[in-house]
This record gives sequence, structure tokens and C-alpha cells, in this order.
Amino acid sequence: MRRAPGSAARGPLVAFMVKEVQHILRDRQTLTILILMPLLQVVLFGYALRTDIQDIRVAVVDPTPDYATLALRNRLGATDRFRLVQVLPDASRLETLFRRNEADVGVEVAPRFGTRLARGEPADIQIVADASDPNGGTTMAAYVNAVIDDFAGQMGASGGAVHIALDTRMRFNPTLASVNLFVPGLIALVITLVSALMTAISLSREKERGTLESLLVSPLRPWQIIVGKVLPYLGLGLTIVLLVLAAAWGVFRVPFRGSLALLLGEALLYTLVSLALGVLIAARTSTQRSAMLAALVGTMMPSALLSGMIFPIASMPAWLRPVTYIVPARWFIIIARGVMLEGVGLVNLWIETGVLVLMTLVLLVAAVRSFDARLA
Amino acid sequence: MTRGRADARAPNLDEPVVVRDVVKRFGDTVALDGVSMAVRRAEIFGFIGPDGAGKTTLFRILTTLLVPDAGEARVLGMDVVRDLWQIRPRLGYMPGRFSLYPDLSVIENLTFFASVFGTTVDAARDVIAPIYSQIERFHDRRAAALSGGMKQKLALCCALVHRPDVLFLDEPTTGVDAVSRREFWELLGQLKASGLTIVVSTPYMDEAGRCDRVALVQRGRILELDAPGVIGSRYRHPLVAVRGGDRQRVLTALREFPHAVSAFPFGETIHYADARSGSDPAAIARELDVWLAQRGLDGARAEAAQAGIEDVFMDLMETPRPQAAA
Repeated sequence: MRRAPGSAARGPLVAFMVKEVQHILRDRQTLTILILMPLLQVVLFGYALRTDIQDIRVAVVDPTPDYATLALRNRLGATDRFRLVQVLPDASRLETLFRRNEADVGVEVAPRFGTRLARGEPADIQIVADASDPNGGTTMAAYVNAVIDDFAGQMGASGGAVHIALDTRMRFNPTLASVNLFVPGLIALVITLVSALMTAISLSREKERGTLESLLVSPLRPWQIIVGKVLPYLGLGLTIVLLVLAAAWGVFRVPFRGSLALLLGEALLYTLVSLALGVLIAARTSTQRSAMLAALVGTMMPSALLSGMIFPIASMPAWLRPVTYIVPARWFIIIARGVMLEGVGLVNLWIETGVLVLMTLVLLVAAVRSFDARLA
Repeated sequence: MTRGRADARAPNLDEPVVVRDVVKRFGDTVALDGVSMAVRRAEIFGFIGPDGAGKTTLFRILTTLLVPDAGEARVLGMDVVRDLWQIRPRLGYMPGRFSLYPDLSVIENLTFFASVFGTTVDAARDVIAPIYSQIERFHDRRAAALSGGMKQKLALCCALVHRPDVLFLDEPTTGVDAVSRREFWELLGQLKASGLTIVVSTPYMDEAGRCDRVALVQRGRILELDAPGVIGSRYRHPLVAVRGGDRQRVLTALREFPHAVSAFPFGETIHYADARSGSDPAAIARELDVWLAQRGLDGARAEAAQAGIEDVFMDLMETPRPQAAA
């Protein structure tokens, strides 16, 4: 032996990663697609959702009209974007208006609103939005919300302690797909694409070209081949995730309420799951083409369709819902939405995180095992 | 001298490659059907045989990529199954398809394979110099843009860059032009002269003469194993080479000759084997001239010929051999 075992272990691994980075950088076409596609999706979705909502038809439910509710109605009617279509004595007709498409947003004022305000008691206003056009629903509710917030502030300024409890409800689409909700899903898709699909393709390419034979005959251990293959893609994946976040925030002000470090940590976890899946797929296929198909059907499709990213899990048929539990993206999307949109910390996400950790461990072990030191 | 049990670190093994009764099956297909042989130090040992004879399977067993179903194989005194990680750093292997990264340049490919073995291109300069000097001016070119012959030389450099003690080349000249093939064999001769043991396989029988010893392989078995000249001299039939005339008609006419054993195309000529062992080939050649002339094939000329390895191989393939029990 020319070298003690171990002392050479570092060199080969670094060399392997350098080679892998060269592959990634040389394949300009793929790299461009990998970076531009998610950014383009953010922009497209963002603008598609910006269908300018100018004429919002508001129906007010006002059981006991008084000075305060009149002021509110005037305020709503005086806003450019709003058109007050109807004032109802009770909420029962609101649903009918929505169904007939005669109103977009309902504002339900609690009985004895003015009296309550004067006494400093909580006075409830509930906003109900027709979210059958999910994107519009969110936006419209947000506009109304803003106007009422403003109104509450003024009432407070003139009349002492005012407490208006706002309660926004979405009808017909409880999950509210919107650009905000889309970005976490997009992050999951990007990671799946770069980690699972690209790793599977890249590893099966070594098989197809016969270079794997040379690698196997070398002193490189199977884990070194896997780690060397996987780490550069992990870096690429996380870089694109940051780009997507920056684009979403920079162009559309998608909120980021939680901890970036937590999100990146969770993204890392989800990346590991995807990478392990990619290695497993490559171990079981012999050509790039079959690896690509297997990765598309086995990872990309479930991540897009069964994760709750596009179709809410709650609206899936009962028999399909349990299937979503084994889709890693489902768990990651819950985490990413929680961190980004609600600012939730690890304390509230430990179940989802735990599931991902478990998946990571099981799949990594399976991936390393699937990769023999010899030819199959 | 000691065989098999030799110390794993002993640098001077007389037989760096020893194979005993190796069997390998893939499902119902028997790829290797009890192969035994040994390669001597600093020789070029060739496995000659058609596609599907089992050459690649044997190479993969010797390079620790496959485990035999039965029997034992030792490389540099070490067991290919048990001593996997001790063997790997010391063998050089050029797989059937050149294992290069087409999107990496010549020097990048070489550097990569050097680093994987924990060494550098500079440290291997003296070993690869004769070969690398021929492709060095293309060091910046991507491997994809190299000609077949240059790819082959680069692949050889990559297999040599860690100074292996034994080199396995699986069909290194397949798909390479005639000039590059000749150059390649000259390079192997130089490597051998420097003390390297080389095991090579080829489907081209004309390359057998470049080896010190060859094994003729067919259907997972070794039919014959010796120096190429010795194997040729063992040929049992008088041999005649026929040139000229309508090739297909001459072939048919020769096969119809009463004493014919076989007649098959051999390069420019047709090799004819006669059943009357011990007869003078020159006399038979005269008989054939008459036989062919009678059939209106005046353009054909027959003359005595020296048997080569290809003749032996054709003969062995046509001779039914005792079938091993399943």
C-alpha cells in the first residue's frame, strides 16, 4: 500500500465533488433551466394572481343599524374599489348572493355594534369572502380588512377604547392557494427537481457511460461516491431556494415571518430525503431515460399533486388522503408555510420535522445499501 | 514457487493473476464454465474469443466487480472477493467502453482519476509519459471531441495514473482504426518492458500474435492456452491458402473437395484444411489447383500455408467437445 488507509480519503472525495461541480457548470442548458424555471414560475404565478381587482361588490349584514354601522357603510361605499351592493338584516341571504354571483365579500356586523363600541365592549365584524376564485378571495378580503382596520383606528381616536374583533372567513376554499401559499410549494418542487431528479439522472449517467465501472474499481468507497455526487446538488438546490425566496419577496412582497435559518434547516432535511430518493432510483435503473421517468413519476408528480401544494388534501377523496402521508413534500410544505407565512417556530412543527427526520434516516440507509461496492 | 498463499504485500509474485475453476452464471446463462489459468509476471496475456465468450465477465471478476459463483481468483496474491479493498488501489482497469467523462477535458479526466487514487498527474509523469506525450497537445480539449484512438490513449493514461501493478484491458482496440491499434500495441509492449503485467482481451485474432501467451475462449471455457506460435504449430491438418477467383464460388468448390475438413475466408485469402494429416500441403495445393480449374475457377491459386491462431480457433470451435455435466 502506498498510503495508509484514511489519509487519502479526503483527497478523493474533494476531487469527486470538483468533478461533479464541473459537470454541473458545463451543462449550461440544464443549469439555466434549473435556475430560470423556478424564478419564472414565481413571476408568472405572481402576475397571474395580480388580476387587478377594482370593482369589489360588498354586501353588508347589519341587523341593528346605528351611527357606527352607518359610518362603516359610508366608509366602505366611499372607497374606490368597493361597490356597496346590498344591506341585509341577517346573514342568511349572504350565501344566496354569493351563489348568484351578486356579491364578492360580505361584511357581517354584530348586533348592537354602536352600543358595544360606546361601552368599550368587543364589537365583532366578520369578513366573509367568496373564495371560489381563490386568489381573488384572499385579495378582496385583505382589501376589506385594511379598510375596516383603518375605520377601527379612527373610531378609536375619536371615541376612546374601541375594540373591533375581525374575523375573516373564506368560503368555498379553505386552503387559500395564493402566491404566498404557492411559494413554499414551489420551494418543495425545486428541491425535488434538483435533488431527486438531477441526482438520479447524474448517477445513472455514470452507469450508462460505463464510468461507474472505473469509479468502483478505484479505492473510492460507495458512501464517498454517493456523498461526492450528492453534496454539489445539495448546494445547487439550496442556492435556487434562496433565489426563489429573494424573487418572491423582492417582486411580490411575499411575507417571510419566521426564521430563515429554521427554513433552510428544514429545506436541508427535505433535500436529504429527496437526494436519498434520487440515489435509490438510480440504483434500480440502468439508463438515464428510465431514471428520469422513474424520478418524474416517483418524486415530482407526488410532490406536485399529493402534497397539498396545488390540491388541498382536505378536498381529496378519503381513500387518497392517507397516501399523502408518505409524500415527503406534504410535510415540508406544511413546515415551509408555517415558517414563512405564520412565523411558526420549531416547537409547533416538531411532528412534521420528526416525520422528515425519520424519512431521511430510513431513506439514507436504504440508499447507501442499494449502492453496492460491486456491479449488480 | 509459491502460488496463492503468497504474502499480499510481496511485490515479486511470479503469477500476479491466478484463476481456479471459476464459474459464473447469470440466471440460466453460464458465462464462465470452470475457467483455470495463471498470468506470469511482466507478460502480456491475451484472452481471444468472440463476443459473448465470457471475457468481460472474467475481467469483472478479476477486477473485483463481480463475485464468482464457484472457484477462486487471486490477483497479486489476494482474493478478489475477500481482499477487495487491498486489491483495488493496485490494479489498473480499462473497461470495454472507454470510461471517460466527455464533458471534461483531457487533463481534467486525468487529474480526476489521479486524485481518486490519492495521487497526482505529476507523480505519475514517468509512467504515462510515452502515451501522454501523444495527446498532451490536446490537454484542453474535451474528451468528447477526441478521436477514437486518442480516447483510447487517454483511457490508458487514466488506468495507469496510479502506477498499478497489473493492468486489465477489456477489448481496448474495439472500435479503433488500424493505425491506432498498431500504435496501441506498441505502447503495451513498452509498458511490458517496464515490468508491468498486462491482461488484455480482444475479439481480433490478428492481435493474438502481440501477446506472450493467449487463451482461446469460447462459451465460457478456455479451449487452448499457450504462446501464439505454439498454438499455431499444434494445428493438425495440412493447410492451404487460396487466393483469387470468385470468392463465394471458390469457397463452395473447396468445401465440396472430397478431403475437405473446412474452408473459411481468411483476410484476402481462403484457408483450406485437409483431412489427410501428415500429407504435404504443397501436393494438396496442386490437387486443389486442378480441382478448381475443372470447375472453371482458373483465377484461383492455391499454395501451402502456415497455420495461425485463427485456424486453430476455427478448428476448435468445429470440433465437438465432451459436454460438462449440468
